[in-house]
Amino acid sequence: MGKLAIETRGLKKSFGKTHAVAGVDLAVSAGGVYGVLGPNGAGKTTAIRMLATLLHPDAGEAQVLGYDVVRDARAVRSRVGLTGQFASVDEDLTGVENLLLLARLLGYSRRRGRERAADLLDAFGLAEAADRQVKKYSGGMRRRIDIAASLVVTPELIFLDEPTTGLDPRSRNQVWEIVRGMVAEGTTVLLTTQYLDEADQLADRIAVIDHGKVIAEGSSGQLKASVGAGSLHVRLRAPEQRAEAERVLAGVLEVQVEPSADPAALSARISDPERVARSLAELSRSGIDVTEFALGQPSLDEVFLALTGHAAEETPEEDAA
Amino acid sequence: MNATSAEQASAPVTEDALRSVLAGERPSSPGPVLTSLTFGWRALLKIKHVPEQLVDVTMFPIMFTLMFTYLFGGALAGSTQEYLQFLLPGILVQANVMITMNTGITLNTDIQKGVFDRFRSLPVWRPSPLVGALLGDVMRYSIGSAIVITLGLVLGFRPEGGAVGVVLSVVLLLVFSFCLSWLWTMLSLILRTPNSVAGVSMMVMFPLTFVSNIFVDPKTMPGWLQAVVEVNPITHLATVVRGLMHGSVPAGEIGWVLVSSVLLVAVFGPITMVLYRNKK
Ligand SMILES: Nc1ncnc2c1ncn2[C@@H]1O[C@H](COP(=O)(O)OP(=O)(O)OP(=O)(O)O)[C@@H](O)[C@H]1O
Ligand SMILES: [Mg+2]
Repeated sequence: MGKLAIETRGLKKSFGKTHAVAGVDLAVSAGGVYGVLGPNGAGKTTAIRMLATLLHPDAGEAQVLGYDVVRDARAVRSRVGLTGQFASVDEDLTGVENLLLLARLLGYSRRRGRERAADLLDAFGLAEAADRQVKKYSGGMRRRIDIAASLVVTPELIFLDEPTTGLDPRSRNQVWEIVRGMVAEGTTVLLTTQYLDEADQLADRIAVIDHGKVIAEGSSGQLKASVGAGSLHVRLRAPEQRAEAERVLAGVLEVQVEPSADPAALSARISDPERVARSLAELSRSGIDVTEFALGQPSLDEVFLALTGHAAEETPEEDAA
Repeated sequence: MNATSAEQASAPVTEDALRSVLAGERPSSPGPVLTSLTFGWRALLKIKHVPEQLVDVTMFPIMFTLMFTYLFGGALAGSTQEYLQFLLPGILVQANVMITMNTGITLNTDIQKGVFDRFRSLPVWRPSPLVGALLGDVMRYSIGSAIVITLGLVLGFRPEGGAVGVVLSVVLLLVFSFCLSWLWTMLSLILRTPNSVAGVSMMVMFPLTFVSNIFVDPKTMPGWLQAVVEVNPITHLATVVRGLMHGSVPAGEIGWVLVSSVLLVAVFGPITMVLYRNKK
């Protein structure tokens, strides 16, 4: 636990009647990845824009790397990188022109700027696309140039707003590799995401936000413990063994086991994934053949359901009445 | 779908390369002049990649010059040749003033995209993205002016002020246009869509250029309209450009144009910057 990279107290921002950020307290320690998890409209982008000095908070305060985002905005700007949710480079320009533009603005000489741009393009696998307009890039390449553009001067802290939304699994993995690489080099990363598994894979700590408020905070383990670790689905060769299988599973997993609509299948919400392997071993020892089994991660929906009592996608608040 | 399969297949992000890139240096921040010029360079790159955007600076002036000279020239001044001597400096003014409108439309489009967020999050002198865009526009004014003057010379326009008069009048026009475009940057930060910026600009622009002495001598207009024409800054600008091109140097009027240029920036520059800083 080092010093704090980000600290906010009672941060608020409204747009008309929409309370986009409604009092957020965060304490993000330096180093590692901090995940902000929330559904559409939760206020993630608004919060990041305030932290990156693009938006004035209505109330509350925020310190980024020890500098106040309102009073010392320039000090903050020179130390952080921002990769916005939407295309944050000029799509009419080529990859190399975009990076050179930023390099020049950040004080590189023309020659050093060119070298820097070339190094970045190389590192992000974009060397071949250097002289192509960014609007002709694929989604994954575009995301990589977006991130590369935030690294022209190595920031102490980088904000990534939904860096993988809309990417295919391979491009998503590439972005994850980049994030891990940055962390290994000592950069603090704050990323927002709508995907629980992404937060789980990358983040050391996660804040779950909904309707502009932090509704849970902790490591992914802690969050999951509050929801259960997901569910186990098992399909048997012989449907007549189902009752016995149910008894065996319940014994090992120590949770309720539900018969599914399929007469040969069973499912259980599990709390401790360690027991799953043992339960399967126990089934085979009892002479019960399993043809299929699947371990489902708890979805963002399940986390939300558990934390808020409403599903992630559902926006109207009927409970407010 | 855009990337070739070969480059998709290559392992794109290498750990070693990433590491060395992240160990980069931290150069010191450049001054406002350099950052503004760098943003100006961006505007030029955009002209290079999207040359279609020059349609307004080429088509407008050509159309207006030809239309007015041949449609109205004979009726207004007895002969097209004579009218051209009067009209061409005016058309030059109109073309430049029209081209300034594009500034607001481009800026508004830019702001809708995420790239402006990135510019605003850089530790550079805050007005530099705007100043740079306007500097890039100076290029457009120059192109437009060159087209009008060349076309005029081909059609028989003979400036008595010679090359010096022509160059001086263009320089003055560039200064005025640069200053006037702050009005459009302000508008583009207030209005939501590029279309509404274009609409409002037109509404300002048409009366401003037509209720002036660009096309006709105001002597034949009713008195109240003459009064309006008289206070229209475009009238003064056209008088100056006409004077310089035809060899007389209206010193008082030049002063008037310079003062109104400074006023335009002094009023709309700060408003633009406040709006820009607080843009959501
Ligand atoms: N400039 C704005 N003007 C008006 N309302 C806004 C503005 N920006 C955001 N909002 C509103 O504030 C709320 C939070 O928006 P925000 O973009 O921060 O959410 P988000 O968590 O980033 O969502 P997403 O996952 O869709 O990106 C939404 O209801 C949105 O409509
Ligand atoms: Mg968002």
